[in-house]
Amino acid sequence: MAEGPARSGKPRGNLPPLEFYVPEPRYRPGDVVDYSHLEIPEAGAARRPDEACDAKETWPLTTDLIRVLDENDQAVGPWDPKLDPETLRGMLRTMALTRAFDDRMYRGQRQGKTSFYMKSTGEEAISVACAFALADDDMVFPSYRQQGILISRGYPLVEMINQIYSNRADRLKGRQLPIMYSAKDYGFFTISGNLATQFPQAVGWSMASAIKGDTRIATSFIGEGSSAEGDFHAAMTFAAVYNAPVVLNIVNNQWAISSFSGFAGSERTTFAARANGYGIAGLRVDGNDALAVYAAMDWAANRARANKGPTLIEHFTYRAEGHSTSDDPSAYRSAREAEDWPLGDPVMRLKNHLIALGEWSDEQHAEMDKALAEEVRAATKDAEKNGILGHGLHHPFHTMFEDVFEELPWNLREQADQAISERRTKFPEWKE
Amino acid sequence: MLEEDAVSLHEAPTRQMNMIEAINDALDVMMGHDPDVVVLGEDVGYFGGVFRATAGLQKKYGKNRVFDTPINECGIIGAAVGMAAYGLRPVPEIQFADYIYPGLDQLISEAARMRYRSAGQFTSPLTVRSPFGGGIFGGQTHSQSPEALFTHVAGLKTVIPSTPHDAKGLLIAAIEDNDPVIFFEPKRIYNGPFDGNYDSPSKTWKSHPGGKVPEGYYSIPLGKARTVREGSAMTVLVYGTMVHVAEAVLAQKGVDAEIIDLRTLVPLDIEAVEKSVEKTGKCLVIHEATKTSGFGAELVSLVQERCFYHLEAPIERVTGFDTPYPHSLEWAYFPGPVRIGEAVDRLMKD
Repeated sequence: MAEGPARSGKPRGNLPPLEFYVPEPRYRPGDVVDYSHLEIPEAGAARRPDEACDAKETWPLTTDLIRVLDENDQAVGPWDPKLDPETLRGMLRTMALTRAFDDRMYRGQRQGKTSFYMKSTGEEAISVACAFALADDDMVFPSYRQQGILISRGYPLVEMINQIYSNRADRLKGRQLPIMYSAKDYGFFTISGNLATQFPQAVGWSMASAIKGDTRIATSFIGEGSSAEGDFHAAMTFAAVYNAPVVLNIVNNQWAISSFSGFAGSERTTFAARANGYGIAGLRVDGNDALAVYAAMDWAANRARANKGPTLIEHFTYRAEGHSTSDDPSAYRSAREAEDWPLGDPVMRLKNHLIALGEWSDEQHAEMDKALAEEVRAATKDAEKNGILGHGLHHPFHTMFEDVFEELPWNLREQADQAISERRTKFPEWKE
Repeated sequence: MLEEDAVSLHEAPTRQMNMIEAINDALDVMMGHDPDVVVLGEDVGYFGGVFRATAGLQKKYGKNRVFDTPINECGIIGAAVGMAAYGLRPVPEIQFADYIYPGLDQLISEAARMRYRSAGQFTSPLTVRSPFGGGIFGGQTHSQSPEALFTHVAGLKTVIPSTPHDAKGLLIAAIEDNDPVIFFEPKRIYNGPFDGNYDSPSKTWKSHPGGKVPEGYYSIPLGKARTVREGSAMTVLVYGTMVHVAEAVLAQKGVDAEIIDLRTLVPLDIEAVEKSVEKTGKCLVIHEATKTSGFGAELVSLVQERCFYHLEAPIERVTGFDTPYPHSLEWAYFPGPVRIGEAVDRLMKD
């Protein structure tokens, strides 16, 4: 064992050896799942401070869990957004549509129509209820698992599928990996494969909105795994320093591919609790409770609009399926985790609430699901007319070189000619 | 179209400026012309920048347009990317090019690819200004020339001026450009040209023709090199501080070289390069940055590919050594008159 530094003369003595700690999830494949350690506060119990409150007043809410829907499917407590049944049905329909879309696209990938897909199963309330709480022209800086926002904003399914198939009608010209959508007209920022980069960008966008005296706000989403990136710290610091009109969301779905949330720091604190260290308001919300999600985003958006500054929201949820079509979760977690998740299924909870209100029925729900499946099927058929991945209908070759810069520089002009010449060598009869 | 466009540069009144003043003037002109131009960075606001490049701007344009930032390069570039996506034209400053690395992910993965990955829906019209280069006893982290990291990235433009006149015109063009531009300012020549003779008294821009800067708006197109000196013995491809070092060495040697200040590395003025090498048959490439995979390698390769049958000698490359930039051995590291002179001699012998 090492001696103490010679100059201090301080002996090491008989201290125990240091131990290296590596977090380990509670359940691995085959384990019986027991969620009794999770503190699930009662619905309606969390206090709702004024939207203009001091950030530090939100401290209790960063370790609590804001919940609205109770065990009897009733909306309770001060966070009940008191939405009318029409809006609730709209939210339910959009969440179910997102799920139907995911299911169809997942199968499309398995059938070889595209290379890749990522579902958002179990997290539909987060994207959809947030979109319902925002104005349509508030800019969203999403991660790859907020397809519900695009769907909420009425972006055509067929356009989404065109992008997923990288077909001839794909507005991104086949340049982007499937699901990396970009829809400026729908306030949906271009998705990047690089995690968390959108967080400081959202803050910058909202700073620009404030600089210009605009009334629009920005919001961004990252997973709990990505919150370990340096960009998270950059975003929080800039948001706090400039009192930016932004809502920063962490979707804590417990898993970052195969690593559980402990590798992002969840064993010692909540993700929402980081907010107060930056002087930012923080909320922790039941991410499978659409009404709670709506209420939290509404609170934070109102706060930002009133120039009271940014909010960090942790949406506590569970990633019910694999990370992507390239992932097999049975290799690293218990198969029981998703079904036993104590906060349930967001679609079922909202459905049951509407039924409890007398505004919905199992029959209506079954009918709706059938209609949504048909809607997605029809959109898929429409998109397939424009081709599927790798089936001939590519974008013109020269488009590969466009948009690197506003104008084509000489080297890209030369390389475009080269690519076309290679094509002619390969297919002598080919004409572009 | 701006009013000043009609004014010929020959008629525009000029003022003798150093490079800092010229950069400050360019920012002032662009902020005056375009309310979307905003300046941000560490110490750029109230204080006016550690090199004074943004002095007086906050007072003139207000804190909404010119503001200090937290010490976080990822945040500075990331926020600027978001601001640009909104529709502003941000001019972030990175205090030293040596400290641009925490912002690289935002520059390479985001700014450079925004237009491409969104098929033109979102763009990143930002200009990242940053002092770079050595020759000032800056040691390892105040001397680097990382231009090759940026010229390797599809979607970024890289600009390096060598005179106050060019600094103003190029910076205005960079700010107006709709693509992200890395604007490296050779800090060794902020206050005066430098011929590589570090023992001689320092010079100022007062009597240098490159210090004569037109008032008001003018721009120098990106992608256009400047012929510093016409000649027939060899072509010297150079940029930044090394323009002046090359000029002095070749004058002292009495070699009739054609010296081309590239000014923009991407897009490169390939026509000017080809035309000159085809005329002279010899080529010398000089930069301060380390040798291996430096921008010089790209220049050498292009000249070899495109001017091979005109070449009368192997292409010479004079650069910094493949070491971190040292402090006490600065002048042994710096590609100064001796190293350049020997390369010139080799070329002349062939």
